Amino acid sequence: MTNFWTEGEPIADTAAPDGPVETRWERRQFSAKLVNPANRRKLTVIVVGTGLAGGSAAATLGEAGYHVKSYCYQDSPRRAHSIAAQGGINAAKNYRNDGDSIYRLFYDTVKGGDFRARESNVYRLAQVSVNIIDQCVAQGVPFAREYGGLLDNRSFGGTQVSRTFYARGQTGQQLLLGAYQALERQIAAGNVEMHERHEMLELIIVDGKARGIVVRDMVTGEISTELADAVVLASGGYGNVFFLSTNAKGCNVTATWRAHRKGAYFANPCYTQIHPTCIPESGSHQSKLTLMSESLRNDGRVWVPKKAGDHRDAADIPEDERDYYLERIYPSFGNLVPRDIASRAAKNVCDEGRGVGPGGLGVYLDFADAIARLGRAAVEAKYGNLFEMYSRITGEDPYVTPMRIYPAVHYTMGGLWVDYDLQSNIPGLFVIGEANFSDHGANRLGASALMQGLADGYFVLPNTLGNYLAAGPYPKIGVDHPAVVEARSSVEQRIQKFLSINGDRTVDSFHRELGHIMWEYCGMERTEEGLTKAIGLIRSLREEFWTRVKVPGRGEELNQNLEKAGRVADFFELAELMCIDALHRAESCGGHFRAESQTEDGEALRHDDEFAYVAAWEHVGFGSAPTLHKEDLNFEYVHPTQRSYK
Amino acid sequence: MNLKLRVWRQKGPEDKGRMVTYEVTDISPDASFLEMLDVLNERLILEGDDPIAFDHDCREGICGMCGMMINGVAHGPERATTTCQLHMRHFKDGDSIDIEPWRAAAFPVIKDLVVNRGAFDSIIQAGGYITAPTGTAPDAHATPVPKADADAAFEAATCIGCGACVAACPNGSSMLFTAAKVAHLGLLPQGQPERSSRVISMIEAQDEAGFGGCTNAGECTTVCPKGIPLNLIGRLNADYLKAVSGR
Repeated sequence: MTNFWTEGEPIADTAAPDGPVETRWERRQFSAKLVNPANRRKLTVIVVGTGLAGGSAAATLGEAGYHVKSYCYQDSPRRAHSIAAQGGINAAKNYRNDGDSIYRLFYDTVKGGDFRARESNVYRLAQVSVNIIDQCVAQGVPFAREYGGLLDNRSFGGTQVSRTFYARGQTGQQLLLGAYQALERQIAAGNVEMHERHEMLELIIVDGKARGIVVRDMVTGEISTELADAVVLASGGYGNVFFLSTNAKGCNVTATWRAHRKGAYFANPCYTQIHPTCIPESGSHQSKLTLMSESLRNDGRVWVPKKAGDHRDAADIPEDERDYYLERIYPSFGNLVPRDIASRAAKNVCDEGRGVGPGGLGVYLDFADAIARLGRAAVEAKYGNLFEMYSRITGEDPYVTPMRIYPAVHYTMGGLWVDYDLQSNIPGLFVIGEANFSDHGANRLGASALMQGLADGYFVLPNTLGNYLAAGPYPKIGVDHPAVVEARSSVEQRIQKFLSINGDRTVDSFHRELGHIMWEYCGMERTEEGLTKAIGLIRSLREEFWTRVKVPGRGEELNQNLEKAGRVADFFELAELMCIDALHRAESCGGHFRAESQTEDGEALRHDDEFAYVAAWEHVGFGSAPTLHKEDLNFEYVHPTQRSYK
Repeated sequence: MNLKLRVWRQKGPEDKGRMVTYEVTDISPDASFLEMLDVLNERLILEGDDPIAFDHDCREGICGMCGMMINGVAHGPERATTTCQLHMRHFKDGDSIDIEPWRAAAFPVIKDLVVNRGAFDSIIQAGGYITAPTGTAPDAHATPVPKADADAAFEAATCIGCGACVAACPNGSSMLFTAAKVAHLGLLPQGQPERSSRVISMIEAQDEAGFGGCTNAGECTTVCPKGIPLNLIGRLNADYLKAVSGR
């Protein structure tokens, strides 16, 4: 088994200060070197991605006086997938006087991440959370308000305090529009050069430092090299490796994967968050999955028939033939168990043949009791928009027939390895937001992704990037530098390769098949045997891809299948690394349930003595086993304990 | 379901473009409209034809990237729906469906159903923001906002910038889009200092970008997937008049 990887030297986060956790960020900021404002305009920074992390970073760096070049694959930065986030954003404001504090947010996040995140990073996240809300309100983000004019809050994701700020079910949209508007302001001021419909296809490294990227103009097909003093990747997560996920169709791994192939370590790639309440797949035409807010589990009861293969309509199944399995197995938390527990329990009952709906991959989320107790009007007031969305997509009326839900891939906690400064192991390459691995550990709590994106972009990166730039100036390079020429020609060759295969299968057919393998063997539940099998399947499918894929059209035009081919090719390579990472981590942790590692009750069992580390993978050439570098995690403040929801 | 599609095909901005007929068979009524096009595209690729280019991304009705005229209506027959959230069960077996790009002077066609909506960004650049540099904000509770104002601002802020309003307008006007942004920011205390300059510069920017004038046709609000109401245009006009008369 060990021939899937080799172990290299351990690594450490040398940028992180030690001492009292409360003052680490302040001390790091003070010790960081500064760039004189007059010198900033001579420095160019590339930012890839315009979501909450990239948009806020580009706007803030532009404002600080750097010359920023911003890239996104969409037609406008306003369309980044952060826009789809529904629930809310956490902040330790303690506006509810319910005992919240920076320390409590820090504590909840470390524990919620199943003790696989860094304490220093998470503490800083909790500290900065407070400033995020101030910043967004100043920009005009229309958060929900109380009648007295102050900000409203709700609780979320099992926390016991009310610290989630929200804008109805469209919090991500409103936060993103705030960042986007700040960005557009900097574009108008000439501080940010915006390149929409451009995709990063390669990283340029000169003398060991990140110095630029190769991009394709997705309208004309023109390939160009863009040079800078530093490169920031804010290109999001890679959940689309599963084909069906809640991610936007264009979300991809290419920017981070190309950087990985150039030497950036990829950390904890197997950590995927599976969200329990999504609308199930309806057929082979399905292109993506839609999330239904987790808040539905506050009043909905989850059940399946007791008998396998019971295909009667829900209404025809009498009460005593229903299994309210979450209430049965987890009597104290019931339907409100955390995301990973609820997801796995749904998969288990479906695996037993008790799933409902077409294909048997679904469980009921039933509001009949809530409607009887509260009345239809009250349920409508609370969840009306979600019910409407459900009925629009499925054509069923959830007030009459129970909703059908099933878990779906939602967020990836893994990403490029970064230090406390959010710098990767390649000097000058910074990685922020979902694209890095740093703050969520093995599981992400609700309302914490938006917080991290904005923390990184507005507050952390703009303070740490200067320290790197101040150590310059780095020598000027031109487009004729051999490293630049090489990066560009590798992109051109790759495009030519895709267009020349002219096989008999579409890119989507490969992507779909890869997704099935990943979901089956590297999804919610994993075994050594399954993962080993998956690696074999991925390798042979990848080989087939490179001989049978058919990419129509030319490179010098808008060619959406060419774009997809490049992304799927990278997903193939990432998929294998995800399986290797999952294989090596022989413990259950967060959303990752390793069947061989469970308690007597069938619950996830961590092995802190063996696995309390970050797994940072080094690419050592295609076809060679990757090298594993371990970064030990130390818990000085929040001590690891077994999670239980019985 | 079996359907006859007439789709606008245009190789590039310089190409004249034309309607091309395709038959699609065996489409699930549960498929979304874009998934139906995916099925067709898979077939076109294997047959050696150029697949139909169309814009899409989140496919859950919020990113605003998708948009096409379906039987002459922006985003199709369902009210308050984006194309990606339109499902085939709203059509009948054997239906004939016309599919065309947004058509507006300010939104040039790039290819097939893909258009350039960059002009919307230029309107935002002209002042569709509150000048609030990072790190200088007072505590969020320092500025109370009456709940009614915050709710109204939120309603206006739900605009997804898809461009259906422009595509539906006989004049190709962007007034509903601009009105939504001006109302969102103008309803909040934080937006007051720049209220006058914002509305003037945004109106100027939309004229410069080639959008037409508003003649109160009202088509925009009919097709708006987020239900942005027409009265916001009245509000925009009032703000604008006040701003120019005070300058």
